[in-house]
Amino acid sequence: MSRRGAPGPGWGLPLALLLALREVPRALGVEQGSSDAQDASQGFEVVTFKWHHVQDPYIIALWILVASVAKIGFHLSHKVTSVVPESALLIVLGLVLGGIVWAANHIASFTLTPTVFFFYLLPPIVLDAGYFMPNRLFFSNLGTILLYAVVGTVWNAATTGLSLYGVFLSGLMGDLDIGLLDFLLFGSLIAAVDPVAVLAVFEEVHVNEVLFIIVFGESLLNDAVTVVLYTVFESFIALGGDKVTGVDCVKGIVSFFMVSLGGTLVGVLFAFLLSLVTRFTKHVRIIEPGFVFVISYLSYLTSEMLSLSSILAITFCGICCQKYVKANISEQSATTVRYTMKMLASGAETIIFMFLGISAVDPIIWKWNTAFVLLTLVFISVYRAIGVVLQTWVLNRYRMVQLEVIDQVVMSYGGLRGAVAFVLVVLLDESKVKEKNLLVSTTIIVIYFTVIFQGLTIKPLVQWLKVKKSEHREPKLNEKLHGRAFDHILSAIEDISGQIGHNYLRDKWSNFDRKFLSKILMRRSAQKSRDRILNVFHELNLKDAISYVAEGERRGSLAFIRSPSTENMVNVDFGTPRPSTVEASISYLLRENVSAVCLDMQSLEQRRRSIRDTEDTVTHHTLQQYLYKPRQEYKHLYSRHELTPEEDEKQDKEIFRRTMRKRMESFKSAKLGIGQNKKAAKLYKRERAQKRRNSSVPNGKLPMENLMHNFTIKEKDLELSDPEENPDHDVEEMSGGIEFLANVTRDTATDSLSGDTGSDTPLTRRRSPREVPPAPEKRPRAPPQAPPTPGPVPPGAPPAPPTARSPARTALPDREPGTGLASEAGLAPEAGPALGAGLERRGPPGAHARSAAARRVHSRRSFQRPRARRRPALLKLASLQPSYHAPPHALEQEETPL
Amino acid sequence: MGSGSSSEIPDADSLRRETGFSQACLLRLYRRFQNLDSSQKGYLRRVDLQRIGALAVNPLGDRIIDSFFPEGNLTVDFPGFVRVLAHFRPVDEEGARTRGPDEPEPFNSRMNKLRFAFQLYDLDRDGKISQQEMLQVLRLMVGVQVTEEQLESIADRTVQEADEDGDGAVSFLEFAKSLEKMDIEQKMSIRILK
Repeated sequence: MSRRGAPGPGWGLPLALLLALREVPRALGVEQGSSDAQDASQGFEVVTFKWHHVQDPYIIALWILVASVAKIGFHLSHKVTSVVPESALLIVLGLVLGGIVWAANHIASFTLTPTVFFFYLLPPIVLDAGYFMPNRLFFSNLGTILLYAVVGTVWNAATTGLSLYGVFLSGLMGDLDIGLLDFLLFGSLIAAVDPVAVLAVFEEVHVNEVLFIIVFGESLLNDAVTVVLYTVFESFIALGGDKVTGVDCVKGIVSFFMVSLGGTLVGVLFAFLLSLVTRFTKHVRIIEPGFVFVISYLSYLTSEMLSLSSILAITFCGICCQKYVKANISEQSATTVRYTMKMLASGAETIIFMFLGISAVDPIIWKWNTAFVLLTLVFISVYRAIGVVLQTWVLNRYRMVQLEVIDQVVMSYGGLRGAVAFVLVVLLDESKVKEKNLLVSTTIIVIYFTVIFQGLTIKPLVQWLKVKKSEHREPKLNEKLHGRAFDHILSAIEDISGQIGHNYLRDKWSNFDRKFLSKILMRRSAQKSRDRILNVFHELNLKDAISYVAEGERRGSLAFIRSPSTENMVNVDFGTPRPSTVEASISYLLRENVSAVCLDMQSLEQRRRSIRDTEDTVTHHTLQQYLYKPRQEYKHLYSRHELTPEEDEKQDKEIFRRTMRKRMESFKSAKLGIGQNKKAAKLYKRERAQKRRNSSVPNGKLPMENLMHNFTIKEKDLELSDPEENPDHDVEEMSGGIEFLANVTRDTATDSLSGDTGSDTPLTRRRSPREVPPAPEKRPRAPPQAPPTPGPVPPGAPPAPPTARSPARTALPDREPGTGLASEAGLAPEAGPALGAGLERRGPPGAHARSAAARRVHSRRSFQRPRARRRPALLKLASLQPSYHAPPHALEQEETPL
Repeated sequence: MGSGSSSEIPDADSLRRETGFSQACLLRLYRRFQNLDSSQKGYLRRVDLQRIGALAVNPLGDRIIDSFFPEGNLTVDFPGFVRVLAHFRPVDEEGARTRGPDEPEPFNSRMNKLRFAFQLYDLDRDGKISQQEMLQVLRLMVGVQVTEEQLESIADRTVQEADEDGDGAVSFLEFAKSLEKMDIEQKMSIRILK
């Protein structure tokens, strides 16, 4: 119809469509106006073209589409995105689009308006940042962050403003209608590091976590300072420079505390509300994610309404609620929240940068003053660097993790300015600030400079500063393996030395949190997840127990438990899947080899190709792919675009299972050494055999990641073909798990028993008198038989099985039979009813009885066959009747099975 | 951190000299020690360390815990605790220079760092990492997707690569040699343990 503009060749269809549509109303307006009159006479019309009806949302949707499509375009080429930050690309795209639109009809109708930015674009980004904030890291560096955010921002604002004013007085800038207060106002809005820009750039530059959190945290928390400085100076200007009194300045300082603390408080209150609400959403799962967004958004709006710092409010809302919300909502809801939040934030970011580009295409706002612009650039860079160095010097006297020179360089250089500054400057009232346009143009230049230039160069800079290991050499197998081992060692030592900002306050807080907050804000079932991993383990055990007994019911007896026909189990279980795995992975490797995708391969290709080399390649690749990643690598701090927590959890669970299994074995064997003299020899043998079998276990496991989908089926088949043996498989680990839990949670069990009715209690503790098995136990549990005095090993005790090297032997005296057992016995009557309550909550009465049976079975079987298989039974859950299958709370933690 | 609390640490001064930790760092470690020692016994047992949740998901967690309890000890007191951690202190240049020839090598020297790693592998303490021992570590560190055969071949290869005298095992010297190009000083140091 009226496609007048000539769209750039690259931007293709969406743009053409957009332009076409922009022209539509004009072209159509007349037609419609005239046809309206006819309509009345002609009566009903089958099809009407109502552009005005949809104009606004339509254009918005189109812009979003354009931005998103552009993003796809950027990522088509890895080369471009790895060099140029996406934010810079988007700004350029915005400039191009804006230019085209402007060329088309000479109006700059699309700009980043403060309303849109503050109400719709900023909240998702900040909420996302808060909700996924690595809390521990954030709070351990809170002091540093606050100093940079408050003192640093004030420093930047003051020095930049004053220096510019000084230069202005010298007459270098020529004739401007501008005063000291205007300069200070400008300084305050240009001083703040922008969270959106910082995130966008730092996400692609992988700096160490401390550095990242400091810059990122600063950019979030300096909002309060910016808001206060901005409003203070704005009102001073409105008041007139000469009328400002000391009282006003004091008021300004007071208002800073009001704004920041008030904003934080609002955030915390709403976080509390949100956590509380999600506690009761059990029956309305489907709208659970909605609460997260709506309530956080309300916190933002509320603090905006009260003229407090809205960014602080929503940040702290996210930070404070994350723990409770994540515990309360179902796994599916959590995933929904995660993806929705990332999507919104990522989308908002895209739009912001694109509009930053588009907004610049408007000749009206441009007023150039070379001296002013250049000096601003110089001043903000220099003063930021000075500020960082000074503050770091002070901080390093108190900080555990010293900030080194390199860190300071990155911090100074990473001070990116962004959309917040732009929107604030656009908000200025031209009648009060006469040189608004100059300020706007300068702000735009500053933003472009920092986002594009610094964004482009920061990556090479970071790499260049760490130039030490520039030697790019294929590491030898030894180096690779040991290097990874060192990483693990380091992270373990870090955990042991507790050096990641471990302190007294955190202990206090976690106590308070456990005793009060979690009780109020978390579902009962979620409360026991003090330790996520332990919790997962506990859940698995429970399920195993239930399915185990149900299996017995299905067969009509629990006799199968006693049948020791487990020898061929191992083969049945792993024998089948293994060949296929090998094939799969090798063919995979070979394919990889051809395409030479893997870095290993590239460097290897230069070598002479021989069979030996191919093997090497395979080996390297295997290691590369399957070595467990150390914590530093896989716990990616915060990423807008990546969502891979599942991988980490999988790895965690896998390692955890192994660790526990090992500990369990040694624990049990040591215990047996005490309790079961007669059987010791036999058990010892069994242990040995067991160990041999176990040795093949970890790597004989099904390749879960790859074969996840057919895994279930396989397991089911297995079960059918070999119903006798599968169940036996998991006994020992789960009982082991129970033992371990008893051990681990021992010190916390007392308060959990009194407070949280039994849901915190490991199974062993649940044996109340009335549930003691009627049948004479063939193998009574060891503890009751242990001598009452804490003698570690009675004379004539058998040699400890080989595995007893580790915890077990020490663990035993530690159990302090005197107290440990007494408490067990003493608590049992109490625990009984508590358990009853717990179970009734958990499932129908039938399940109760069953679980009791399960417990009996376990206690009897605890030490019999320490064998470390467990998965089959998990899958068996599927074959159970629904009522036993899903204790209500187990559903909430459904993620557990694998 | 009041200065009065430093007197709680037994033998603080000699310990500081021995390990090279700063006063503040020692104090922090002491706090940590007390914190791990939940029942105020004055020593730690394996369970105390095993209670650290993050270690349970560390593939080498148990081995590292074991290294705190050398020679079958059941407990570790604070000096022992600190001595192990001292291996991970960053190497300080002047400390290395001012050390007299007759003074013992500090815990955080390259060799001692390596030795610490070596003894994690060398379970039977025969001064050599056998193929079996290598395999065990590998098994800990590699995901379940890798088959036993693959693992064995990797372990074989690793040992062969480092094994120079052809005895089918890696001695400490061979171990150190195979890693000579690696920046152990940096890789085995924790910045915060100053």
